[in-house]
Amino acid sequence: MPMSATQQRSQGQQFNRGRGAGDAVMDGKSKLAADAPVAIAVEHVTQRFDGRRPGQQVLALDDVSLEIRAGEFLCLLGPSGCGKSTLLNIIGGLNRQTSGTVRIGDTVVRGPTPSQVAFVFQESTLFPWYTVLENFKVSSDFQRSQASTWNDRAMSALRSVGMENFANHYPNQLSIGMKQRINLARGIFLDTPIILMDEPFAALDEQTRMVLGEDLSVLLARTGKTIVFVTHSLAEAVFLADRIVVMTARPGRIKATLTVEEPHPRSPDFMLAPRFSEIRNELFAILRDEIRQTVAAMREARDEGVVDG
Amino acid sequence: MAERSALDSSGIVPRSIQVGFVAAVIGLWFFLTLGGHVHLLLLPDPVKVWYAMVQLAVSGQLWAAAKVTLLSILKAYFTAVIPGLAIGFLVSRTLRSVQFFEPIFSGIFSVPLTLFFPLFIFFFGIGPNSKIAYGGLYAFFPVVITSIAAFANTDQLYIRAAQSMGASQLQLFRRVYFPSALPGILTGLRIATVVCVASVLGGETISSTNGVGHAIALQAELMETARMYAWVVYVVVAVVALNMALSVIETRTERK
Ligand SMILES: Nc1ncnc2c1ncn2[C@@H]1O[C@H](COP(=O)(O)OP(=O)(O)OP(=O)(O)O)[C@@H](O)[C@H]1O
Ligand SMILES: [Mg+2]
Repeated sequence: MPMSATQQRSQGQQFNRGRGAGDAVMDGKSKLAADAPVAIAVEHVTQRFDGRRPGQQVLALDDVSLEIRAGEFLCLLGPSGCGKSTLLNIIGGLNRQTSGTVRIGDTVVRGPTPSQVAFVFQESTLFPWYTVLENFKVSSDFQRSQASTWNDRAMSALRSVGMENFANHYPNQLSIGMKQRINLARGIFLDTPIILMDEPFAALDEQTRMVLGEDLSVLLARTGKTIVFVTHSLAEAVFLADRIVVMTARPGRIKATLTVEEPHPRSPDFMLAPRFSEIRNELFAILRDEIRQTVAAMREARDEGVVDG
Repeated sequence: MAERSALDSSGIVPRSIQVGFVAAVIGLWFFLTLGGHVHLLLLPDPVKVWYAMVQLAVSGQLWAAAKVTLLSILKAYFTAVIPGLAIGFLVSRTLRSVQFFEPIFSGIFSVPLTLFFPLFIFFFGIGPNSKIAYGGLYAFFPVVITSIAAFANTDQLYIRAAQSMGASQLQLFRRVYFPSALPGILTGLRIATVVCVASVLGGETISSTNGVGHAIALQAELMETARMYAWVVYVVVAVVALNMALSVIETRTERK
């Protein structure tokens, strides 16, 4: 893969932005983040997938390096198919990368680390054959959590997303939005320092999404968890993130990193601030080229009747 | 399954239709026999059959034969179900083995195994064992076919979620694969019941020394049609009762 030129440039860009932001920071919270220990270290991670035909390979991630600090809220943004979910799954130990290393704290990731990392997926992963509360109990058993307080903790997690009255419902009796609230609550209930979220609000309508986003900002400001959050929504990324990482079209590399200086919890007023639209526009400008490229590649693939590697 | 509620037999209206149907059949039976529309040797009147039923019960013949048959059905059932579920789960582990085994099992199941019944007599003798082996083998296929599909259809999303939370292999089976596959498994178990009943009774009718099927075949041969029908009525009543029990169990698990 001829990658040196673009690769250098993109990493340089990331570095400059990162350092510039760090220097400029004066308020307490962001300074804390800059000093905080590294919670997740992604080092030169590459991921190849076997294609449909033998010999045909898909390069999903190309030498991605990234450091995420404890307590940081990091958003991953990029065109569809650029490897965001793949990166998240590698960090969570659900996929084994082709090469490179991921560390959680000092430990190299070799499989799921349920005591460290919780997932919230795009679709509800509540088991439909158990009630909401039974789902929490089963999750706690999976984690081999010895705590006898699981019931109280489950109820307080449900309360924090306003779903305490639905503890004994089956998931299929709830709307998609309600289910996603509960999935979020379970992520919090699992009590891990890190939560990985893969487009958790993508299936929701705009309004619900905004409300849940606000709730999330409030919730997380309290807990100080480290979050990696994949989204397609620029507004969501700017509203939630301390730092936004933009990825290139496939093969996924890091194209740019933006910092958002705004203490959590963030109020909806932040969305009206000029700075909000400035950052969003900047993001859009960075993304536009990548999206064009993705669309062009898709057309090409369609015209050739194959999916390239 | 939405159609389940439409087929639910517990409502007042369906119940009365069912009772009405039974009454109509008995009425027709009276009409045909007492009206002289069929030869009484082919179809004796219901009163005669009722006396024969009472006589079978009082003399103890009913219980003696039913014990043999019920035990054979039960043994055949477990012979089919336990390996069927175990092999079904193992085969469902990889797509490759599903693609390999599923057509084989489906193919064998579509052949009428009755053709090979004489072989079961050769290998297992004329006693109950040949019926158990025959019924067990026959009912194995619907169990294995439905459970392969049921286990293989478990949503990957749930499996990944469970793994991310640290589920062990055993937990994965108990909490994810099994409950997810349960509706499909129950369908297979239900088919297995029907197949076991049919093949054990059928086997007894063809060649045996004992059991309800043997009794029916014997009475037919002796032209004791009242007695033969008495046995048949007992079988029908037992099968209907079994079916109702299974429906209750299925709706119970469905509510979960
Ligand atoms: N298990 C797999 N086998 C083969 N190819 C895969 C596999 N998983 C992902 N890919 C490929 O890797 C690339 C990245 O996929 P990924 O799901 O990570 O993208 P994404 O950025 O999350 O996209 P989206 O925004 O649409 O969710 C895609 O081209 C996809 O086709
Ligand atoms: Mg994705």
